[in-house]
Amino acid sequence: MNEPILSIRGLTKTYRGGTRALDNVDLDIRPGEIFALLGPNGAGKTTLIGAVCGLVRPSGGTITAFGHDLARDWRSARARIGLVPQELSTDMFETVWRAVAYSQGLFGKPHDAARIEEILRSLSLWDKKDAQIRALSGGMKRRVLIAKALAHDPELLFLDEPTAGVDVELRKGMWEQIARLKERGVTIILTTHYIEEAEEMADRVGIIQGGRILMVDEKHAMMERLGTTEAVIDLAVPLGQLPPEVAAFPVELGEGSTRLIYRGGTGAGGGAAEVAQLTQALTRAGIAYNSIDIHDSSLEDIFVGLLGEQEVPA
Amino acid sequence: MHFNLRSAYAIYRREMARAFRTAFQSILSPVLTTSLYFVVFGSVIGARMEPVGGVPYGAFIIPGLLMLTLLGETTSNASFGIYMPRFTGTIYELLSAPVGVAETLVGFVGAAATKGLILAAIILGTATFFVDYQITHPVLAAFYIMLVAASFALFGFILGIWADSFEKLGIIPLLILTPLTFLGGTFYSIRDLPAPWDAVAFANPIAFLVSGLRWTFYGTADVPIAVSLGLTLGFLALCVTIIAVIFRTGWRLRE
Ligand SMILES: Nc1ncnc2c1ncn2[C@@H]1O[C@H](COP(=O)(O)OP(=O)(O)OP(=O)(O)O)[C@@H](O)[C@H]1O
Ligand SMILES: [Mg+2]
Repeated sequence: MNEPILSIRGLTKTYRGGTRALDNVDLDIRPGEIFALLGPNGAGKTTLIGAVCGLVRPSGGTITAFGHDLARDWRSARARIGLVPQELSTDMFETVWRAVAYSQGLFGKPHDAARIEEILRSLSLWDKKDAQIRALSGGMKRRVLIAKALAHDPELLFLDEPTAGVDVELRKGMWEQIARLKERGVTIILTTHYIEEAEEMADRVGIIQGGRILMVDEKHAMMERLGTTEAVIDLAVPLGQLPPEVAAFPVELGEGSTRLIYRGGTGAGGGAAEVAQLTQALTRAGIAYNSIDIHDSSLEDIFVGLLGEQEVPA
Repeated sequence: MHFNLRSAYAIYRREMARAFRTAFQSILSPVLTTSLYFVVFGSVIGARMEPVGGVPYGAFIIPGLLMLTLLGETTSNASFGIYMPRFTGTIYELLSAPVGVAETLVGFVGAAATKGLILAAIILGTATFFVDYQITHPVLAAFYIMLVAASFALFGFILGIWADSFEKLGIIPLLILTPLTFLGGTFYSIRDLPAPWDAVAFANPIAFLVSGLRWTFYGTADVPIAVSLGLTLGFLALCVTIIAVIFRTGWRLRE
């Protein structure tokens, strides 16, 4: 495997007031991947990003970016890192164009009008280039922040809830934009509350809660390992008890015994084949049914399940 | 040590643009205030005043008035320049950029010094409508104005990092700078004060600034120019040191 582009070891952050926002976090980010950091409110996602980007002073641990210790070589590292913050903090009276040009200069790049134009066009902001930022909608402001973060062509890009407050259509557009960045070789770390977003885009997913990383895995592996298939079979006649023909399957009766609920298999698809066998068994037993609703569990189910397990107070 | 010129220039340009956005106010307000002072103190009262140390009263008050506006404007401008990004959250960008204390200061303070020079030019231009005066050491005067502007931009910068409310931001210029400038010999020569007030007046550091600028204008002042220059440079060095420490520790900048 390639050297990690970002390597975090034992990262701890205790805020003044005593909140431990990060607790001994270890994390490696591979070059070129899209990594989704999932976690509930207050999990420590923004703190983690802040620690890498220089907004938060770590209480302990080391961060290595591009093979350099960030505590010492922060200057060269930061020139290669971009950040889209969670909050919509923009210079309200600046125009879009000037705001993006400022970012380009601030990060030490020569002024490149063509590149700015390209970025603004790709984010559908070109016709707003001379507008003051305060006159833009929330979703547009979010895109201005993305444009600013891209102005110095970062190799590692942090997106802290990039699609919060962006409508569904534009969110899709933004996913495409992020996919294009990945094609250009940009490594992307994003946080999101929309699990569907992680499912759609991420190569790997990390789940964080209470300042600890609970699990990091390939999205597919995670879904395969923890995912299940659920099938709801709507029975024609209510059953008194589970017939012996289907007892071997992971099934139970639900809702006034008019439904047979199957939960089994893995996210890899084994479940669907087993459901097919189940329906054949039902037919053999002479049990009639009206419909079958079958679906694979999503990352969301995995996520909710995993966090539920952690709810037990320490 | 590494210095990123482009970053510093980007900050400088942005600070200048911020001033030009409010150019009307930035120009009109000093023109108006200085005009009022000249009408009241220069023309009306000044007509009945004896020359001070050989300088006609109207001309005598120019350096003090200039200092009054320069200190106030520079301090509040610089403090707003850094307070507002902290307040709105846009400071994230500066903190995440490959920018250290040197680039930040060159950008912010360079812009403040430029603005100070422009402000001084406006005030001096306005003054010509009310009084006749000649500047004995114009180059030194420009240098001294820039030096004072840079020092108080640094001071304002510290103020803007220290303040955690708009009230605190406004209170230092209002409660300290303006009174001290008034008492610092803007309208009179400290040497003319009866004892022990002349000694007390020299406890006011701004008296040395007013005196220094007056020396560059008319070649005479309450204290030798070297003392004023030394004191200003010392103040500048102190502010730079404080800001370097702030950046090193991240005080009020990084959580
Ligand atoms: N500046 C701060 N001072 C003190 N505590 C803080 C500060 N910022 C964050 N915290 C605390 O640290 C913890 C982690 O916060 P963080 O913002 O990193 O969470 P998050 O995962 O980004 O949450 P969200 O999904 O709501 O954005 C929370 O308990 C929060 O209250
Ligand atoms: Mg957050």
